[in-house]
Amino acid sequence: MSTNTAALRVEGVTVSFGGLRALNDVYFEIGRHEVVGLIGPNGAGKTTLFNALCGLVQPDHGTFFLDGKESAFPRTDNLVDLGIARTLQGVGLFGDLTVLENVMIGAQHLAQTGLISAALARNGKDENRIRERSRIALERVYAGGLAERRADTLSYPDTKRVAIARALVSEPSILMLDEPAGGLGTQDIEWMNLLIRNLSAQMSVLLVEHHMDVVMSVCSKLYVLNFGEVISSGSAETVRRDPAVIAAYLGTGA
Amino acid sequence: MFQFINTILIGITAGAIYSLMAISIVLVWRSTRVINFAQAGMALLSTYIGYEAMVHFNSFWIALPVAMIGGAAVSAFIELVFMRLLVKRSSTGPIAAVAPIIATLGLLGLIKGVISTVWGGADVRLVGPVTNVGYSIGDKTLAFSPLKLLTLVTVVVLMLLLTVLFQRSSIGLSLRASAYSPEIARLSGVKVDFIRTLGWSLAGTSGAVAGMFQTINGNGAFSPESIEFSLLLITGFIAAVIGGLESLVGAVVGGLVLGLVISFVLMYVSGSLFFIAPFVILLIVLIIKPQGIVGTKVARRA
Repeated sequence: MSTNTAALRVEGVTVSFGGLRALNDVYFEIGRHEVVGLIGPNGAGKTTLFNALCGLVQPDHGTFFLDGKESAFPRTDNLVDLGIARTLQGVGLFGDLTVLENVMIGAQHLAQTGLISAALARNGKDENRIRERSRIALERVYAGGLAERRADTLSYPDTKRVAIARALVSEPSILMLDEPAGGLGTQDIEWMNLLIRNLSAQMSVLLVEHHMDVVMSVCSKLYVLNFGEVISSGSAETVRRDPAVIAAYLGTGA
Repeated sequence: MFQFINTILIGITAGAIYSLMAISIVLVWRSTRVINFAQAGMALLSTYIGYEAMVHFNSFWIALPVAMIGGAAVSAFIELVFMRLLVKRSSTGPIAAVAPIIATLGLLGLIKGVISTVWGGADVRLVGPVTNVGYSIGDKTLAFSPLKLLTLVTVVVLMLLLTVLFQRSSIGLSLRASAYSPEIARLSGVKVDFIRTLGWSLAGTSGAVAGMFQTINGNGAFSPESIEFSLLLITGFIAAVIGGLESLVGAVVGGLVLGLVISFVLMYVSGSLFFIAPFVILLIVLIIKPQGIVGTKVARRA
């Protein structure tokens, strides 16, 4: 636990909405190339924790360590610069842009051109580099053929691929996936499992997921949240046998 | 037949200027979801800045870019200092949606006040670089002059530049993504605050060109209370609404449609409808097709 070299570590994260405490003294850490799952019954605080890590929610307390260095919780539009990329539960593609443009948005921070040359549309070099990388990111999720389609014409599983491509194109060191398998059929889930395992060769992956078979097969470590607190953590086996976890899931009827 | 052609020429030139105003309204709407009633005031202020440059350098070709830069700067300043604060402060509660819009009305008064203080209330005059006397064919004079040609060329060039910026550059991609969903754009690493300021300054630039050309296409005189600038807001707004409020192409089409309709009404119904026709058209459009006549009909924004 005392490794200072964890890719990402948070301690004592507390978030409240009005009088309601959504997270209480939550901690977790994720090592390099590790796949870590956050699980727990509905309303346990998983998404709130994700949002706090992304600057969408301001924590009352808590410390944030990136690569062992303490820093403030990131601002949303700074996330990508810090090497963190996140997908959204509701997918969140830009419907009126093409698939390729959607992915290119994820790589905007790679453009080094200033405003003036951009205004004169003379940043062709940056532009081509970003376009090329976006195509590669699409190929990685087997969505290369979709590049020119408008994003709002895609099937649901395809939107998930594109959302992941957009996260990947920023070349994150930490990838946060919000229910990557949610709403997918058996075949797509298998594909997603494989992708996540492959990705961990290049980055750390943190995921929130309800599909237990996905969680059990890809995660090397799990944190279980219930009523805003971490009630258990460890390997899939350890967590599965933890009486506190069994009680939490049985207690909510899951 | 000759009158018919003239009516079209008048309509297209007027419509081109409406399009510019519509573009500035659309740009502000897309970047901050605010209908900016101060847009005409900002165009007026930019025109005064252009006038000042004209006084010093005695050249329209210097005055125009100065007005454009001035318009961009004024607009960016307003977004940074007023709108950002307003949107942040009014992010919750029932007033959230209207506060920034009402505030732009206040801003309009403020801008006019500033103009009156600096330049006084009397008319000043701006002269175009080329003549507004129409080309003649035989013994007939076309309602199309070197000045009108210049107006059209300028508007077309500006629109091409904006189109290239929006469709071909990464800044344009960020502008489009931020308009669709600022939250997701932010999460994807787009500096949405900067993009908003940029959207406003582009709007200011476009409004400045509209103001300058509106003025020199008229009799050249303007004051803080110029009715032309109030009409510019109305016509720009109608054109933007006709165009569906979301798209630049829509704004251009809306401007041209409006210019032609007004031109035909004035020519074939009654010239005295000048101050009535735009308002009637606005009401008709809002009642019949509030979602816009061109562009996507699907309201895609939650």
